[in-house]
Amino acid sequence: MAEQKDTIAFSDELKAYINEWKHKEGNLIMILHKVQQEFKYVPREAADIVAQMTDVPLAKIYGVLTFYHYFKLKKPGKFNIQVCLGTACYLKGADGLIEELENVLGIAEHEVTEDGLFSIEPVRCVGCCGLAPVLVIDDEVYGKVTKDQLPGIIAKYQ
Amino acid sequence: MAVTNYILVCGGTGCESAKADAIYQNLIHASQTEGVSETVQIVKTGCFGFCEQGPIVKILPEDSFYVQVKPEDAEEIIKEHVVKGREVKRLLYNKDNSKKHAKVEDIQFYQKQFRIVLRNCGFINPEDINEYIAREGYAALEKVLFEMTPDDIISELKVSGLKGRGGAGFPTWLKWKFTKDIDDPVKYVVCNADEGDPGAYMDRSTLEGDPHSVLEAMTIAGYTTGANKGYIYIRAEYPLAINRLKLAMEQAREYGLLGENILDSGFSFDVDIRLGAGAFVCGEETALLTSLEGNRGMPKPRPPFPAVKGLWDQPTVINNVETWANIPVIILRGGEWFAKIGTEDSKGTKVFALTGKIRNSGLVEVPMGTTLREIIFDIGGGIANDKEFKAVQTGGPSGGVITKEYLDTPIDYFHLQELGSMMGSGGMIVMDEDDCIVDVTKFYLGFTVDESCGKCSPCRVGGRTLYNILDRITKGKGEMDDIDKMRSVGHAMTKASLCGLGQTAPNPILSTLRYFEKEYHAHIKDKKCPSGKCKELISYYILADKCIGCAACARKCPVAAITGERRKIHRIDQDLCVKCGICYETCKFDAIYVG
Ligand SMILES: Cc1cc2nc3c(=O)[nH]c(=O)nc-3n(C[C@H](O)[C@H](O)[C@H](O)COP(=O)(O)O)c2cc1C
Ligand code: FES
Repeated sequence: MAEQKDTIAFSDELKAYINEWKHKEGNLIMILHKVQQEFKYVPREAADIVAQMTDVPLAKIYGVLTFYHYFKLKKPGKFNIQVCLGTACYLKGADGLIEELENVLGIAEHEVTEDGLFSIEPVRCVGCCGLAPVLVIDDEVYGKVTKDQLPGIIAKYQ
Repeated sequence: MAVTNYILVCGGTGCESAKADAIYQNLIHASQTEGVSETVQIVKTGCFGFCEQGPIVKILPEDSFYVQVKPEDAEEIIKEHVVKGREVKRLLYNKDNSKKHAKVEDIQFYQKQFRIVLRNCGFINPEDINEYIAREGYAALEKVLFEMTPDDIISELKVSGLKGRGGAGFPTWLKWKFTKDIDDPVKYVVCNADEGDPGAYMDRSTLEGDPHSVLEAMTIAGYTTGANKGYIYIRAEYPLAINRLKLAMEQAREYGLLGENILDSGFSFDVDIRLGAGAFVCGEETALLTSLEGNRGMPKPRPPFPAVKGLWDQPTVINNVETWANIPVIILRGGEWFAKIGTEDSKGTKVFALTGKIRNSGLVEVPMGTTLREIIFDIGGGIANDKEFKAVQTGGPSGGVITKEYLDTPIDYFHLQELGSMMGSGGMIVMDEDDCIVDVTKFYLGFTVDESCGKCSPCRVGGRTLYNILDRITKGKGEMDDIDKMRSVGHAMTKASLCGLGQTAPNPILSTLRYFEKEYHAHIKDKKCPSGKCKELISYYILADKCIGCAACARKCPVAAITGERRKIHRIDQDLCVKCGICYETCKFDAIYVG
């Protein structure tokens, strides 16, 4: 069992969820959501386990995973900074926020900082358009964000 | 002790993220320490709509409307307002300090609104079924189960003139009738809560503020069409709405309003939730159903329409959240009542998410036929920062722009389409003089190219071609025949694409070419971006008569492109400048010129 350290384990809750859902129709997306909730992304090994537990071919699972933007195949930073690029936020300069974040953190969109702490993820409308431009870190929403505020916001998580 | 004050705290996502929950907790805490917890009832409600001024707290019976409330304000609200009966004046909304007491009816934002869909948003606690029932909730369900036949319901809907609010505007009664008339034991009812239009959040707020209205309506559709199972397909990005729906479903089941043998009528109907996963195309009904089945969300050619052959190939009624929310009211008040609201072409109301460069961003519900001017200038308070209105975009990535000349157009399906835009789901995005039309159009095309599922080539290849041309133009590399090229590729996509996404993706281009062709010419011929947004086409200069040599810009310039002695006029080295605009934002003397 030399591979041991790479393998991942599903929590009992996740296993129970999959067992409950595997007989329902149209379950795959729901199961993958639950997996991503547990790991913050869908690791390859997790997809394997889902395939085994549900008898759905791995190819179909990846077909679904790659179709939907919501599913992540790469591990995000501990704090994933979601920058809204919906129309309202775009008009209020969200693209500038992304540029500035890239400068401050030294990474591009969808990359993770070396210390594994931060990643930048552009997202589409988080539904707080009245607060545009908006960014979300760990479910905390920052509204009417300006470039100057970014270093301060990042510092809170360092 | 009797309750003398009701405190309503906005619990919509916008306010919630701006600390509404902390306000709510602090209010409860303060009411306990002040010993008034028995006489005030503190409730978290759905979105008030006036998001610009959130978080919002409303107190009844005085109808005091507190805006931009902070968690720290909770104690004062309890001590002053509840205990001493004195309004906390500094928190009241008053736009120009002219009025001391801003009641809800005094606020212009609400004056032209008419609420059917949002009737309960901001009034009830969406997590308590009793509050919904107290405002005639589930009365429509009871009425149809015991007093109406499926045909009665369909004719009531026909009289009402209700059309789908998800974008296409298809008559709701007809859809229901198609499904009803098919003899099949297995049928489905689906709620489209995928709300993919970026910059729109009407459906989210409805579900967060009044989840039972959708459940009630879906059950009515089940009874009408002979379906016993419903699904709500909702974006995973809407956790608050999902939780409130789940809670509502549990409570409805407990009360016998959902599940087996509803209200002892013999009719059974239940609802399940399925999550979307961030694919815009899944808002399109055939793609949505494919996704609901657990697959990649690819659209299918229509016909057959879902009403005939939908989920797992069974007859399926699919409607948008807002369409659903109208149904119980139509049943209770009657189709004729509903048909009196609105225009010849479009009945009832429409909810819009008013955003962009507008003073009062928020959710507004107005009768069909209200003009754009009324929405933008009366309700929305006009353009923020006293800038000039340029255009308003409706219909999201499938829609188009409307300019100043057409602000008095009454809003309905027909008129918007005549102007080359569309109703869409209700996103209304206001642009000002600083927004570049070509850039915004590129934004929309970037969105649809990103979201194209890739199944059909007109959309996959055409969309990419259009995006590349726009990209060239914004970089000063466009040529005049690009305009004709865009038109012809666009028309081809409209005709040949498989689903609505590709068919409508060129609309932002065709519509902006119709009204702003000159702005395209400026980019192509003069290599200029008139609004100063397209970086490759602008340069920053320092105006000699305004620069005082404070060197603030030079200190902030990330590439040290600005030089000059202190107290002398500075200059920008154009070869070094990366056009980040920081100097422009920094200068306090308007000495930086963009051209
Ligand atoms: C690309 C595309 C995206 C769509 N997105 C949505 C959406 O997010 N929400 C919605 O309700 N309808 C959306 N629709 C419209 C649906 O296909 C369908 O018309 C609607 O769900 C029918 O409900 P209604 O008759 O109540 O409007 C979209 C259509 C297209 C072509
Ligand atoms: S566009 Fe950013 S929250 Fe809606």
